[in-house]
Order: sequence, then structure tokens, then C-alpha cells
Amino acid sequence: MASKAATKDIITLRGSAAIVSEFFGYAANSILYNRAVYPEESFAKVKKYGLPMLLTQDEGVKSFISNLTAQLSEWLESGKLQRIVLVIMSKVTSEVLERWNFSIETDKEVVETGASREKSDKEIMREIQAIMRQIATSISYLPCLDEPCVFDVLAYTDTDVAVPFTWIESDPKLIKYPQMVKLHSFDTKIHKVDTLVSYKNDEWDEA
Amino acid sequence: MDAGTRYRAIRVPLGDRHHTHKLNNSSENLDRFIPNRSAMDFDFAHFMLSGGKVMKENSEPLSPSKEEYRKQLAAAFNMNRTRILSFRNKPPSPAEQSSPLFTDTQQQKHSKRQRIIPQTPERTLDAPEFVDDFYLNLLHWSDSNVLAIALGNSVYMWHASSGSISEVLADEDVGPVTSVRWAPDGKHLAVGLTNSHVQLYDSSSCKLLRTLRDGHRLRVGSLDWNNHILTTGGQDSLIINNDVRIRSHRVGTFMGHTREICSLKWSATGQHLASGANDNLVHIWSNSRTSSNSSNQCLHRLADHNAAVRALSWCPFQSNLLASGGGVADHCIKFWNTNTGACLNSVNTGSQVCSLQWSRHERELLSSHGYNDNQLILWKYPSMVKIAELQGHKSRVLHMAQSPDGCTVATVAGDERLMLWNVFGIPEVASKQAPKSNPEPFSNVARVR
Repeated sequence: MASKAATKDIITLRGSAAIVSEFFGYAANSILYNRAVYPEESFAKVKKYGLPMLLTQDEGVKSFISNLTAQLSEWLESGKLQRIVLVIMSKVTSEVLERWNFSIETDKEVVETGASREKSDKEIMREIQAIMRQIATSISYLPCLDEPCVFDVLAYTDTDVAVPFTWIESDPKLIKYPQMVKLHSFDTKIHKVDTLVSYKNDEWDEA
Repeated sequence: MDAGTRYRAIRVPLGDRHHTHKLNNSSENLDRFIPNRSAMDFDFAHFMLSGGKVMKENSEPLSPSKEEYRKQLAAAFNMNRTRILSFRNKPPSPAEQSSPLFTDTQQQKHSKRQRIIPQTPERTLDAPEFVDDFYLNLLHWSDSNVLAIALGNSVYMWHASSGSISEVLADEDVGPVTSVRWAPDGKHLAVGLTNSHVQLYDSSSCKLLRTLRDGHRLRVGSLDWNNHILTTGGQDSLIINNDVRIRSHRVGTFMGHTREICSLKWSATGQHLASGANDNLVHIWSNSRTSSNSSNQCLHRLADHNAAVRALSWCPFQSNLLASGGGVADHCIKFWNTNTGACLNSVNTGSQVCSLQWSRHERELLSSHGYNDNQLILWKYPSMVKIAELQGHKSRVLHMAQSPDGCTVATVAGDERLMLWNVFGIPEVASKQAPKSNPEPFSNVARVR
């Protein structure tokens, strides 16, 4: 507790929502790069979270992700976002191959009263960094995506959310009998984000 | 976080009380090894597990109302909690990624391939008194962008960047000029003459610097430079290396041909000399033994052509590749590996091959031909697919010369016309130096003198 007091930082709901949605933007880019959904040369390196991060330069993907994070931060601020899932599907068969699951727990009290919490940026960044490292290393155990793939993002929201014009209801795009690997989580003291990747069981493994 | 809570969390009663069970705090269901289960959707999994069990136990067929209740229960548990949304517009799919070998650069090359090759010459100049002799070499374009052409007894220098002309006068009594060749520095011009002499001119002052007399006995039809060594080939079937810096200039001889030498070409590295002659042979000579005054042995004697070989060209992108073209009884373009002497390919063009030029920007080869069509043919290498055939000359196209930027090719033919073709495309870097960019005194057909 003593060390925490030394680096006391105030975090607001809005700030927390910004951190989480930004995190998701970088995480999505990192997944698309590391899983080679888009060609390697369409990414450019930037420094973020104390790590070299890769961001897509493809205008279509870029605007998709920026629209997404804008909407996510809106929902995060209202505390109505429960989960974000990035789904990787086969381009040809639309079979779901991977689901990157980001569960979000919101401190309801902060949303209702507008209170703020204390946690240093540095600490949050360290937690996010750990997740990013895990995403990058995930290629070592995830099965190879040896066919052209596409991705989609699902947002699990509370039912009382008004569906924006640009969004539609979707099925959960679940994987049958998935393998799951739990990754690190991070916590802004307002939003807690748990990461889990589930993927199609490698048939080769079972044989 | 004591042991009691933990155990209670794990041993939640299964089966009959699924709908009443609701964890009020997700941080409760954890243990030492799985510190957090919140992402695993435990509640739902629990429901699915226990719900299924219940159904199995009362295996008798369900009444419609029970079925309906079960559906509603499932809906309540799964759907009502959450709304799953996704963007109406999906992210762009990586279309061009169908094959991992298909990279961007290849695509760029692909689009570049569709360049338009002009079917007409960029410019036509008049070349009166041009000697229509298959065994001479009367056209050369220097690295300093000056085109030298021998017409009759004179040599004319056409400055491509300015369009100005200067004239070098050979003596009337030494007979027509039989060959011209620029030194690599672009300043000095070697001129072979009918009387077996070779003269060196300074291009800026148009002054005669030196005459090499004691070499050949007959006319000198071909010349090439290798640094300070001027190699001359004569009608006397001799090839002589001349060191132009020293008084006794004759430093080496290549003996092997039995008829008039009609083409000499040093490789880009200066290691090998290719010679073609009227005895239908191509010889590849090595440079290593030319320092002594003794005669040299050839590396390879290539005897596949059936006519005089005056078209020789070293490949700019593969140092041991030589293209050669045969005369009127041969019609063939042949490709040689000059290290091994192996013939790599032979293509019958259907017409005598007078001259060959490799493109410096693409893997392409340009050949000039005689009877019937007197055309130029642009070939793709190594497939030898015809990319273009260009017609314009009325007589056999004897000589070709490439501009220093590698875009433009000058051709001169028996019809006394000098034509400039933009056949090798316009590479991004070059094209500034190309002669087309400047306004000229000759617009279309103009006299050189």
C-alpha cells in the first residue's frame, strides 16, 4: 500500500474508457499482424506500452478499427460493454478459427456516481504490456492459419443499449469444442479486462 | 480468499438448482492455479452442463410446455443478458493475399509490363552517303550523349542534348571511314579507315590526336575499347590490341579468324572479348594473356552460325551471357554461356540479324533485321516472345546504338536514314537526357549536313 500511495494517480471513468478502447485498438492490430490476417508489409512499427507495436497502414482496416474504438469508448463510458470478441474466420468457408475474448467488468459505482479511482498509469501500462507480449508469443502454440482469413469484431453489450445505425445484431460465432488459453488481465480500477483466446482444436493433435 | 470460500466456489451444487445459482461475485470462483475464471463464462457453462443432465434423467418425452419453458430458460440465460453486436460494414478482406508468394513488387512489375512501345520512330534524320556495307561499324553513341556516325569520308557528331552537330573530317585520300567507336571517357573517338589506319580524335576540339599506322594491312571495320586498350579488327582477319598511351601501341594480337572481322565487343568487366567474323565464327578471348605481344589463344570457338556474325551483344544483367546474330544465310539469334561455351538457346528470326542491343532496364533484347521487312524486333528474354515489331526503314537496318540512359535506340539503314526509337521505355530515373526533350533545328526529316 505504501508504494501505491507514492505514485498516486487519479483515474476517471472517461480516462479509463480511453485506456481500454485504445488498448483494444492496439491489441486488434497486434492480433491481425501476428496471426498474419493481413500481409506483413501493410503494417508499420510504432512505439507503445514500452514495446514496438505494429499498426496497419491499410486504409480500410485502419478506419474500421478507429470507428470501432470510438464506439467502444462510448459504451465503456456508459458501463454497458461486457465483452469484445475479435473473431478470425476462414475467408472461404467462414468457419470460425479463433476467438480473442476480452471480457470487461465495470465498476458500477463509478458509472453511477461519477467517482474516480486511484491507479498509476505506469502500473496499468505494465499490465497491458504483459498482455501484448502474450499476444505476440501466442503464435507459438496457436495452430497455423494456413488459409486466407478475415476478421470481425463482436461487442457484447447490455440489452438496454440502443443499437447504433452502423451496427447489427450478430450470432456469437462460437467455436465447437474449442481449446482455450487464458492470458493476463489488466485493471484500471474502473474497467477490468480479462483476455482469453479460444481456438479450433487441431485435428492433427487428436489423431 | 480463505480456503472455505474457495471450496464452496468450486463445489457449487450441480443439477437441480441451476436457475437459483448465481454467483454474486465473480472473483469468488477461483483457486491457486486458475486465479480468474471470469472470462470463461462459468455461469453459462454450468447451466449448459446441469441443464443437459436434467433432461437426460427424465428421459420421457417432454411436453410442449416444458419444451417451451426450456427454450425460454435458455434464452433468458444466454440472450437476455447480453446483446451481441457487430459492425454492419465488415472490415476489408485481405484480397491480394491469396498466395504468399504474390508480393507487391511483383504486382508493380506486372503493371509496368504494359508499357506502350511507340510503333514509329521518335525522330528521323537524313544520313546521306551512308555506306551500306555489312562488315563496317559506323554508328556509336557515347556516354557523354554524343552520337557519332560515319557518312562517306566524314564522321559527324550529333550532340543529343543540344541537337548541334560537329564534323570530323577524315582525309579524302584515305577513303571512306569504316568504323567509329567512342572511348569509355566519352571524349575520344577512334575512327577506322579503309587504308588500314586508325585515327584518334578529341571530340571537343575535333582535332586529330594520333594515327595508329602499323597494325592492319587492310581496312579496319570494327573497334572496341577496354579502358586504354583499343582493340581493332580488320579485313586481314587480325584482331590487334593497341595501348593508345604508348609509342609502340601494338600490345597483343588475337589470331583465329580466317576472314574479315565484322564485330568486336568487350564484356562489361573487360575480362572477355567476343569477336564475330565473315568466317561464320564467334570467338571468345580471355583478357588475361593480352599483356604480352604474343598471339593469344581463344577460350571458345563458337561455330554454330551459318553466316557472317556481325551482331554481338553482352548481356548487361548476366555477365557471362552473350547474344549473337547471324547473317543472311543464318537468320538465328543464339545465346551463349561464355564461361562454358555452351549454346543456351537459338531462335530463327526469319531474316538476317544485323545488330543486337540488350535493354538495360528490362530483360529484353532488340534485334535489327534486313530483307524482307527491314524491321526491329523486341524480344522478351529468356522466353524469346516477340513484344513488338517496329517497321520504318526501307533497307536493312545495319547499325544500332543505345543512348547512355538506355531508353532510346538509334538505327541507321541502307536507306540513308537515321531513326531514333524510344523502344526501351522510359525508366523513372532517366528519360531527362533523352534527345526528345529539346527543341531541334531538325524537326522531322532534316539533313545532318
